[in-house]
This record gives sequence, structure tokens and C-alpha cells, in this order.
Amino acid sequence: MLGVGAYRTRNLPTGSELLPLPIGEMTWTLTDHLGRSVRPKDWAGRPTIVFFGFTWCPDVCPTTLSDISLWLEELGADADRMIVALISVDPERDTPDVLADYVSNFDPRIMGLTGSADEVAQAAADFRATYRRVDKDAGDYTMDHTAGVFLFHPDGRFASIIDFHEDRRFAVPKIRRTLS
Amino acid sequence: MKHFLLAAALGLSAPAAMACETVTIGDLTIEHAWSKATLGAARPGVFYVEITNTGSTDDALVGISSPAAGMPMLHETVVQDGIASMPHAMSIPVPAGQGVQLSPGGYHGMLMGLTTALKEGDSFPVTLSFEKAGEVTVNVDVLSLRAEGPDCADAGQ
Ligand SMILES: [Cu+2]
Repeated sequence: MLGVGAYRTRNLPTGSELLPLPIGEMTWTLTDHLGRSVRPKDWAGRPTIVFFGFTWCPDVCPTTLSDISLWLEELGADADRMIVALISVDPERDTPDVLADYVSNFDPRIMGLTGSADEVAQAAADFRATYRRVDKDAGDYTMDHTAGVFLFHPDGRFASIIDFHEDRRFAVPKIRRTLS
Repeated sequence: MKHFLLAAALGLSAPAAMACETVTIGDLTIEHAWSKATLGAARPGVFYVEITNTGSTDDALVGISSPAAGMPMLHETVVQDGIASMPHAMSIPVPAGQGVQLSPGGYHGMLMGLTTALKEGDSFPVTLSFEKAGEVTVNVDVLSLRAEGPDCADAGQ
């Protein structure tokens, strides 16, 4: 049976009225799948797509990455200047090497980001994302996490969310609105 | 060595067109069985399939088993208040005159305890247990991690 772990990320009030901070006001530091340190200021001036996930998950995460890959292909070269990042909510298992292996299966414009438990918690707080560990038998665990895809304008302002079960036809127009 | 034995047991060299096969048991039609490649054998695999019930009696998928996985389970991806979770599904309804899809973002088989990594192009058997119709085995095609479903002429209606 499922045991429920404590929420890691939130000292924040829960509720959908909380929007992600503008990227320029975020304070996280993470490590990308090539082992390089990444900070919010590195994304200045670039339209941005961010979502949270973990490589242990065979359903939601590869599905989201497949969808995003299709959107990026549809946008073609227009999406080349975008930042597209998967932030792992399972840094214990998602090392940069694991993320490198994982993202190599999808559009090459997608980067993986991970960090220490505290670094990931800070990133989730900045994006107002939630995740929690759900323990299962024999030390195994899975993660519940925010499933939406966050979109930001080039100036770092939050633009919109593509919800997981939202009609995917609306996704590309939403992304396009961040490109101009 | 171990790999060879598993490869033989799982029929890993079979051609990748089995997802387009249709298997029937009683009033149930089972088709489009597929899975995604995994990074290694530690991470769970996934199992998707389409079940149609042409009869007049409701049925339910109550379990799956496979030589490819020591601990297969039925799960349902649920997104509530924007948070995705994957609770265990004790039983998946297969309503009369309709059916059910195990598909990305919804019901799925979760193949924990994989005996070997799943590679694109492999295939392996999964036995489905239905409350009324009994057991039936289908061959599952392993597609890429990026795949969104098998490419069958009749898929997607
Ligand atoms: Cu699952």
C-alpha cells in the first residue's frame, strides 16, 4: 500500500492562484544534463518552457516529453532560441548522466536539470510547483508532481500553463505567443 | 549469458508488428499492445493496450502478469489540481458494448521488477486476467521512449 511522504517544497499556501515568479526574480541554481551550472539569469531574453518530472516515471513524463518534442518540431527553427527544460523532482536518482541518457530520446532542444534536494526545492518554490515522495514496498518510491507545462515570455514574465489533459491543439498557439 | 536466456524466454527478436495483432477471448477484443523502451532494468516499464467489449455483460481487467516483470501492476494516472499521481487500480472496468484503453496519461500497466531492459524492437508477452472472460496472452511491442502509440493501419479509428 502507498505511504504518503511529507511535502518537500511548500511553506507556501496551496492554491492555483499562485503563479510562477518572473524568471528574473527566481533564485534557484541547478545543474544541467551536461553537468553545467544553470541560473535563471542564463535564460534572460529567451522564451522558456519548463516542466517538472522524473525519469523513473514511465507514463506522464515521457508522454509530456514526446508532446513537447512534437510541438518543437512543428515550430521548427522558430523554437531554436527557446529554453526548454525538464526539472527533475527526483534528484536522488536523476543524476546529470541519467538525465543525459533520458533527454537524448527526445528533441535535442530539451535540457534536463537536477541538483541537490534543496536546490530542486528552491526551483519548485520559484515556479510554485509541488512534488512529494510516495513510498512503496521494499524501499521503492514514486513522485507525485505538478504536471503542467509552464510558458514564459522572453522577458521572463509568466505566460501560461499547458495542462496535462488540455487539448494538445492549443499548445502550439500558446507557445507561439511567447515567441514574439 | 543471462541475457541470452531472457532473450529466448521473452522472444526478444520477434518482428515489431505484433501491436497490430488482434486477440479475442469471449466477447473481448484485445489489440494495440505496446510498451516503451526503458533506461536499464531498474526503472519500471509501461504497458498499454486497447480492449473492446462487444458483449452485453460488463467485465473488468483485474490483473496482468509477464515473464518480463517480477511485479506488474495496474495503475491509473490521475491529475488533480494540476498534480499528477499514479494510484494502483484494483480493477479496470471494461463496460459492455464499449471497452477501455490503457493509454498514455490514463490507465496503464506498470511493469516493475523488469528482468531485462526493454529495447525498441523487442517484444514480450503479457497475460491479462479478466474477472469474467478469464486469461488471455498478448504480445507487446516495445516502441521508442518517445512513441505515442503503435502505427497500425486501423489504429486511432
Ligand atoms: Cu504507473
